[in-house]
Amino acid sequence: MAISIKESDTHLDGFVGTLGGVSRREFMKFCTGVAATIGLPAGMSWQIAAAASNPQRPPVIWLSAQECTGCTESLLRSTHPTLEQLILDAISLDYHETLSAGAGHQAEAHKQQSMQQNKGKYVLVVDGSIPVKDGGIYCKVADRPILDHLLEAAEGAAAIIAIGSCASWGGIPSSGPNPTGATGVAEILKDKTIVNIPGCPPNPYNFLTTVLHFLAFNRLPELDAKGRPKFAYNRLIHENCERRPHFDAGRFAITFGDEGHRKGWCLYKLGCKGPETYANCPAILFGDVGPGAWPVGTGHPCFGCSEQGVGFTKGVHQLAELETIKPSATHVDIAEDIGVGVTPAAAATALAVAGAAAGAGGVVVNRLMQNNGNETDNDLEPHDREG
Amino acid sequence: MSTHAPIGGKLFTRPFYFFLLLFMIALAILATRFIFGLGSVTNLNDGYPWGIWIVIDVMIGTAFGCAGYAVALLVYLFNRGEYHPLVRSALMAGMFGYTLAGMAVMFDLGRYWQFYTLMMPGYVQYNSVMLEVAWCVMAYIVVLWIEFLPTFLERFGLKNLRQKLSKVLFIIIALGILLPTMHQSSLGTMAVVAGHQISPLWQTQLLPPLFLISALLMGYALVPFEAILASMGLRQPMETSLLAKISGVALAVTIFYLVLRFADLLWRGALGFAFESNLDALMFWVENLLFIVPVVLLAQRSSRTNPALIFISAVSLLLAGSIYRINTYIIGYHPAAGGTWHYFPSVAEIMLTVGIFSFEVILYLIFVKTLPVLHRA
Repeated sequence: MAISIKESDTHLDGFVGTLGGVSRREFMKFCTGVAATIGLPAGMSWQIAAAASNPQRPPVIWLSAQECTGCTESLLRSTHPTLEQLILDAISLDYHETLSAGAGHQAEAHKQQSMQQNKGKYVLVVDGSIPVKDGGIYCKVADRPILDHLLEAAEGAAAIIAIGSCASWGGIPSSGPNPTGATGVAEILKDKTIVNIPGCPPNPYNFLTTVLHFLAFNRLPELDAKGRPKFAYNRLIHENCERRPHFDAGRFAITFGDEGHRKGWCLYKLGCKGPETYANCPAILFGDVGPGAWPVGTGHPCFGCSEQGVGFTKGVHQLAELETIKPSATHVDIAEDIGVGVTPAAAATALAVAGAAAGAGGVVVNRLMQNNGNETDNDLEPHDREG
Repeated sequence: MSTHAPIGGKLFTRPFYFFLLLFMIALAILATRFIFGLGSVTNLNDGYPWGIWIVIDVMIGTAFGCAGYAVALLVYLFNRGEYHPLVRSALMAGMFGYTLAGMAVMFDLGRYWQFYTLMMPGYVQYNSVMLEVAWCVMAYIVVLWIEFLPTFLERFGLKNLRQKLSKVLFIIIALGILLPTMHQSSLGTMAVVAGHQISPLWQTQLLPPLFLISALLMGYALVPFEAILASMGLRQPMETSLLAKISGVALAVTIFYLVLRFADLLWRGALGFAFESNLDALMFWVENLLFIVPVVLLAQRSSRTNPALIFISAVSLLLAGSIYRINTYIIGYHPAAGGTWHYFPSVAEIMLTVGIFSFEVILYLIFVKTLPVLHRA
């Protein structure tokens, strides 16, 4: 049954029809959650709700370059909102290699049509790095280098989001000898504002929140010097890590499976890159399954996947540069000593009691031995001891 | 009719005053405890909620009190009438041990004024080991006093009542064997509940039988210990042949205990912990060497007639059983979380414990001098 969109349906009370079965309550919970993720006051959830239920859904063109589809995969596993909520209700995903209904020439034609019709209005999302060596021949889509696609699509884009470390700064294809000249989007489109959502994969909520922020306020969230949204990337992982107290107390796991590792101590000496990696992993976690669901939480040192020059560049065993706080030479115990141990007075009392008992026992034994020596003849008989 | 008699003599001797002084100190500590609370006199904390007032005054106190149980077991269950002369003084030791242990529990209860709820069925938790211990110990204290009642009745010439009591005494005696079997093993079960907080050197599913057997052992050790001290201190006849026999029983039970103890350690693969260099391992060896000493000393039949060796063995066994309990509940107990906990008894805690044992000596002196407790050859 086709849902006709009437003027009244855009009013907030018409959400049930607009959202295809999602209850008004569920929907408002989701919007409030989004507002909270960006750190906006709860009242803003109405504005986000209006944007997310706008029948004029903004078109999105999603380009995939040298990538593994991991970013899309992690988006598919988001639950609030789900990816289908996003692409069916909030945005109009006009082109995505993995998710498009059409294929081949049909899909390409639809992309061209959408870009022309929505020039200056669509959002461009890129995942994967762009090979620039040898004219960009190492990654081709529809018989054209992806570099051409990018330059073409960037022309009419209202906003450009680079999702994943590959699109943000080159990621894994740019490490090592980099045979394809893999490059991040921002380095190619130097004159444009690019939102970078690095991570391998990035947390889907950092992407979704950025998109919904754009839809709600028609502008991008505040970005840092590397083009990353500040709400997600303004803190080192180290700063919000649940193992941080162990770092401050000097309690480190030294090898995998040692006592410290089993007890959940700091992984810095196992090569954790938390002290030089900016991301909100310890705060929002992964997979919506509850506490501990992030690399360091499971006992693996942070790999630094979102940070250029760290992830895919430094060895896992290499120590992180300590950007902010160095571990101190002396440490305060996390757990204080509680209770009273041996005091001189108590020790003296205990020793006096023990000594008195031992002395008395000695006297008894001594006298028994003397008596026994005198009376060896009738030991087996009951007898009166002489006074 | 009776072969038991009061020994008479002066009651207020110098040793009596000495122990009375220690008891007065304990009373002062108790007054402080009941006015200002447990924290004012003890070193107890959330990591070590049980200190020596529970482990020594109650657990070791009742284990000493197992003399009555151990001898009654021999005489009435195994029908070895020849030990009968020892029953009465052993029962008295049990009566004092248990009565004072029951009182000592009250000193350690944080909210002692709610003690009565223990007797109210609507309040209690029937799966609790502690409930079983509490009920059992309370019942056994009553049983011990009834078992000991003939001594009073004889003293005050109530022959008629004495004869009536004799007719039903077998029920009480049966209870007197059943109840300690239950709660002495339950005292071990309470440590099982503490789980991994207790070192593998002591934590085992066999804690209940080990606690029961070691309590029996301490009972068998207390009989010669007390008899020899009485014969020396109070110039009483020494029943060496009986003591030789009971030492033989103690020897057999000790060997059984040691086999069970070490078989369990081997079977659980925990013996390695005994060779680490820490306090746990040291105390483990102190404890078990004290169990082994009597086995070595009493191995030869002839040595079991030597009062000095019997005495050393008895002391060794009493110490061994005591240290076993201290190890299980304090030394081998490592509070799991929340900090680095420390516990060593405060001066006041030690002096209260000393005071309680002094009180037992005082009671002993009064009872044996005025009541027909000790056996006349």
